[in-house]
Amino acid sequence: MNALDRALTHPLTRNVTPERRPFDLAAYEAGGGYGGLHTAIGKLTPAECLQIVKDSNLRGRGGAGFPTGLKWSFVPMEDGGPGHKYLICNADEMEPGTFKDRLLLECDPHQLIEGMILAAYTIGADVAYVFIRAEYLLAERLLREAIRDCYGKGYLGRNILGSGYNLDMHVHSSAGRYICGEETALISSLEGKRANPRAKPPFPQVSGLWGRPTIVNNVETLCNVPHIIERGAQWFNDLGLTEDAGTKMYGVSGRVKNPGCWELPIGTPIREILEGCAGGMEDGYAFRGLLPGGGSTDFLVAEHLDLAMDYGTIGKAGSRMGTGTMIVLDDRTCPVAFVQNLVAFFARESCGFCTPCREGLPWSAQLLAELEAGRGQAGDLDTLAMHVDFIGTPGNTHCALAPGAMEPLASGLKYFREDFQRHIDGRACPYCEREAAA
Amino acid sequence: MSELIPALSADELAAIDAEIAHAPYRDAVAVDALKIVQRHRGWVSDESLKAIARHLTMSADELEGVATFYNLIYRHPVGEKVILLCNSVSCWIKGCETLRARCREGLGIDYGQTTADKRYTLLPVTCLGACDKAPVLMLGDVLLENVNPAGLMATLGASGEEGT
Ligand SMILES: Cc1cc2nc3c(=O)[nH]c(=O)nc-3n(C[C@H](O)[C@H](O)[C@H](O)COP(=O)(O)O)c2cc1C
Ligand code: SF4
Ligand code: FES
Repeated sequence: MNALDRALTHPLTRNVTPERRPFDLAAYEAGGGYGGLHTAIGKLTPAECLQIVKDSNLRGRGGAGFPTGLKWSFVPMEDGGPGHKYLICNADEMEPGTFKDRLLLECDPHQLIEGMILAAYTIGADVAYVFIRAEYLLAERLLREAIRDCYGKGYLGRNILGSGYNLDMHVHSSAGRYICGEETALISSLEGKRANPRAKPPFPQVSGLWGRPTIVNNVETLCNVPHIIERGAQWFNDLGLTEDAGTKMYGVSGRVKNPGCWELPIGTPIREILEGCAGGMEDGYAFRGLLPGGGSTDFLVAEHLDLAMDYGTIGKAGSRMGTGTMIVLDDRTCPVAFVQNLVAFFARESCGFCTPCREGLPWSAQLLAELEAGRGQAGDLDTLAMHVDFIGTPGNTHCALAPGAMEPLASGLKYFREDFQRHIDGRACPYCEREAAA
Repeated sequence: MSELIPALSADELAAIDAEIAHAPYRDAVAVDALKIVQRHRGWVSDESLKAIARHLTMSADELEGVATFYNLIYRHPVGEKVILLCNSVSCWIKGCETLRARCREGLGIDYGQTTADKRYTLLPVTCLGACDKAPVLMLGDVLLENVNPAGLMATLGASGEEGT
């Protein structure tokens, strides 16, 4: 595939070659980079950019799938007097099983920066932050270098491309806590506080960082923006195979032959990703189910494999596309222990602000651990179902961490109920026994 | 008893002040300041915490609330290198518990513990975003991928354990 074809069909990964250092500013530009910037800044008005992004039908790639243009349109555009408006890139990527933003950050940092400049221009932000998790040290260093080069070139700072538009960009390296990825918790953290989520409304679009209008977008979402601005909304819509637009970074991990992350048209069938890209199951392992988009999405099983990986289709099947990075459950891994690992993780990472999450998640994790250890009791599955009802109902908790934590448990109880029951009846984990015998 | 709260070093102050320069309030850089001091000293002692709080004109109690919230701010001394072992689901499927057991046997430490020679501290960490190369861990600043339990102790350079 030649470079232009690749740029047209695989915009996000056109420059991605994990084996070499990412393009520096000059190489990125030589490959057509900052074309979106030159298309827009000083030539299109923010309102025109907003319309293109709205028409593109880009939806947030951070997990919730909220339409990006619509989100941006809530930012007040009248001259709000003194004070800043903020754009924040969410590069916290800590959702279990999710490994797509790291690739984009490490392999093409300028793409993200260009997307951020365009997003900031569209909403009239004059300060932008990349909120990056502490462990992404290489990505942090590459971003800092790239930002420095952009200041040198006049793509950041004052009077960008002679347009009169000013933008400063900073990198904030976090200190490690999953809840920081939730956008209002992220804002609290960026203010130097404990990362407790905030009540909505007011929404960050109106009152976010330091009480000022703020947009938080995922890395992958922002990386799409330069291409949309440069090539137009229709091109982006045409990339998708189903009702959704663009491409998506899909990933597969677990016991498959070729785990990895690939950019594919959004709406690619699960089977094509699982078997075509990931090579199917490792020898000696059979497929039992998968979480389609990270640790806080509901299981899908064999009957779902021909579904399209898009927001609507996966939603109708009772799960969520989430981050689009699938975690595969095989037939030699215990579903109870699998779910226990996840619930224990969410219990550990609960910010402790509200009772159902702070108390209910450790309780659920403990019950699952007892089941796994062969000490389960007759009523345990009912107790777990009660937790699913209570913790999992949106509105009972202050943020979406707790309902998300219940998704693998609720769907696990549905699809793998036999396995749960056998732990109680047999007073042992059947999978551990088999491993021990092998 | 010349100084109850030791001063922050010139390097530390310069780095913290560079953050303050683009923040609307001094205490907005609390997390950055904790990280800067930890980078220089390995961990954040009570004395360091007080010195940072004073520099940011906030109460030490409030800063303690921030410091203890974040998993990677160490309020206890840690070893020369921290081993961050990913124990999220994809690494768990691929055997992170075996790696943990290796650390227990080979280094004599479990989560939250430091070897007697102060070389290593073992901590669990959230999915490191490298699930296609599971199991993974970070040894200090370096990400190790597809970690083989048999070779782990050789990698760590610990004695009394041979890779097979
Ligand atoms: C507990 C929790 C953790 C989250 N972690 C992340 C994350 O690491 N990265 C991310 O982009 N979004 C994360 N989100 C979603 C964000 O709240 C937010 O929806 C997203 O950053 C918005 O960007 P988008 O519209 O571009 O998707 C998380 C949400 C919750 C509830
Ligand atoms: S649901 Fe959990 S993480 Fe979210 S605010 Fe409540 S306690 Fe904190
Ligand atoms: S689960 Fe270990 S890197 Fe993702």
